[in-house]
Amino acid sequence: MSETLVDGGQIDNSKRTWLIASGCVGAVGGVAAVVPFVSSFQPSEKAKAAGAAVEADISGLKPGEKMTVEWRGKPVWIVRRTPEQLAALPTLDAQLADPKSERKPDEQAPKYARNASRAIKDEYLVVVGICTHLGCSPSDKFTTGAQPSLPDDWQGGFFCPCHGSTFDMAGRVYKNKPAPDNLEVPPHMYLSDAKLLIGDDKKA
Amino acid sequence: MADYHEVSPNAPAGEKLLNWVDNRFPASKLFKEHMSEYYAPKNFNFFYIFGSLSLLVLVIQIVTGIFLVMHYKPDAALAFGSVEYIMRDVPWGWLIRYMHSTGASAFFIVVYLHMFRGLMYGSYRKPRELIWLFGCGIFLALMAEAFMGYLLPWGQMSYWGAQVIVNLFAAIPFVGPDLALLIRGDFVVGDATLNRFFSFHVIAVPLVLLGLVVAHIIALHEVGSNNPDGIEIKAKKDAQGRPLDGIPFHPYYSVHDIFAVSVFLMVFSAIVFFAPEMGGYFLEYNNFVPADPFQTPLHIAPVWYFTPFYSMLRAVTTEMMYALIACVLLGAILAVLKGKMPTLFKVLIVGAAAGLIAMMLSIDAKFWGVVAMGGGVVILFFLPWLDNSPVKSIRYRPDWHKYLYAVFIVDFLVLGYLGILPVSDLSSRISQLGTLFYFGFFLLMPWWSRLGKSKPVPDRVTFTPH
Repeated sequence: MSETLVDGGQIDNSKRTWLIASGCVGAVGGVAAVVPFVSSFQPSEKAKAAGAAVEADISGLKPGEKMTVEWRGKPVWIVRRTPEQLAALPTLDAQLADPKSERKPDEQAPKYARNASRAIKDEYLVVVGICTHLGCSPSDKFTTGAQPSLPDDWQGGFFCPCHGSTFDMAGRVYKNKPAPDNLEVPPHMYLSDAKLLIGDDKKA
Repeated sequence: MADYHEVSPNAPAGEKLLNWVDNRFPASKLFKEHMSEYYAPKNFNFFYIFGSLSLLVLVIQIVTGIFLVMHYKPDAALAFGSVEYIMRDVPWGWLIRYMHSTGASAFFIVVYLHMFRGLMYGSYRKPRELIWLFGCGIFLALMAEAFMGYLLPWGQMSYWGAQVIVNLFAAIPFVGPDLALLIRGDFVVGDATLNRFFSFHVIAVPLVLLGLVVAHIIALHEVGSNNPDGIEIKAKKDAQGRPLDGIPFHPYYSVHDIFAVSVFLMVFSAIVFFAPEMGGYFLEYNNFVPADPFQTPLHIAPVWYFTPFYSMLRAVTTEMMYALIACVLLGAILAVLKGKMPTLFKVLIVGAAAGLIAMMLSIDAKFWGVVAMGGGVVILFFLPWLDNSPVKSIRYRPDWHKYLYAVFIVDFLVLGYLGILPVSDLSSRISQLGTLFYFGFFLLMPWWSRLGKSKPVPDRVTFTPH
């Protein structure tokens, strides 16, 4: 480029000031324009509205059986535990990462499910069937004893096929597994002995 | 700016037309600069075809992709069906789709070999650092492209793969859960996620990819290609200023590459026609099952090209954290005892190490697994500044460097293999060792690459006419 300057090299300071000022205002506007675009990534009003509570009829559930209901697009498991399964729970504490759910109590379970069986009624376990590691859905491993991918003294529970995390019959995670936390107990309440409401616990 | 150039009124029509264009657009100039007068070293070997081949695969992916978009529906309720519609009802749709799905794997095969070539011959060394950085950017964009494209068929693997990878972001302390929500656009992977991944896959990432490819080639043509001897051919020029060991890209390498393209297309077509699923490695069997948010397949694994990095993710468990903390501690102690630097720096290093260890103890292993997986890719960006070897090419390095590189390649392949398998105690131990070796290879490179006696580098490239 040539070195010849327009205006004989005279710098008009007021022009320069206004050029810088308008440039800055333009930059602020440009940055502000990012907000609506990034905001559009958020869940839509429709997606937020889809989080309503769901009812489940548990009258047909036999001991040792599991049923799944959909709540907020996630699987929620309702397991009717057998007396043997319940009896095994306290014996496992030493092998679990967080047997008393103390790490993040508010996220892991509502107050009424912070007990030894992690349930309102000992018999019925209600948990979100999503592994706390990376969101896979663990599979049922209710049969006790040695089997592939599981320890020989397996007492029944769940096994996550993605990264091998194991959970007991109360959804508590075993030690030294990739999942950091126990399975989440969703807010829930009994409408009657046979009707369970998942996603809400305040309805009278 | 060039002056207006006149041709003789008696010149042939073709020459007149070219002159008309050249006065308005630098067509001949560009062709000369990038083809007929771009001098490439004459000693290129087999490994130098993968750059051109990756460009070819990029074109295949763009062309087949354009045609797939004409029939595909980015809607959670319709996506799986529309892919089956392409496979069964669209005339030749199966071929276009298989070309696209095979092209994805082919892309990674040629790019991995292209990167391996760079690693062997020091193609990332001064003055080619920016070529390498643009290339790493391309690799990253390619991974994003492949990941988001894999969600589109909306099969079980698509769904659960995306669920796992998006949840990786949720592991980031403080902002993670909100970030994962922003990526998904819903509380679980769903229609919103599919729609935005579609947008990213067909337009946003390809634009970035094309820009990076152009930058990669401009940077390459500015400094000139490296070669298997790692010698700068521009150091020895003839009277006209042409490198003595250089030959014009066109016709020498254009013909060479057309031959390679023909052979590549034979292999590519054989896969497209006879083994498009490649035994479940190119297209996983579980992806022929529609996405079911309630049922994770019994075994989920990413597609083969992600598995080495996936193994690193799985390798970081609570136990592994203690090994990693020990590594950080050892590194800090060595830096303090052996490092030649002012005391202030040493204090800073000790402080940083202490901070890092505190974070390693307080944040879940899950997050550090994500860091390891991302770090496995990001560390490649730093390669030009990690390698302190006095010579570029592996040919003139001490022999034991060759063995070390061989172990590194085997390590990468083993990590890749283990990433496909379900976790077991033995495989997680091996992948932990493999992960430590992978990072050790790069992080200790500033030290080990200086060791040993390199062989004398010749003045001119080694070349035997055939």
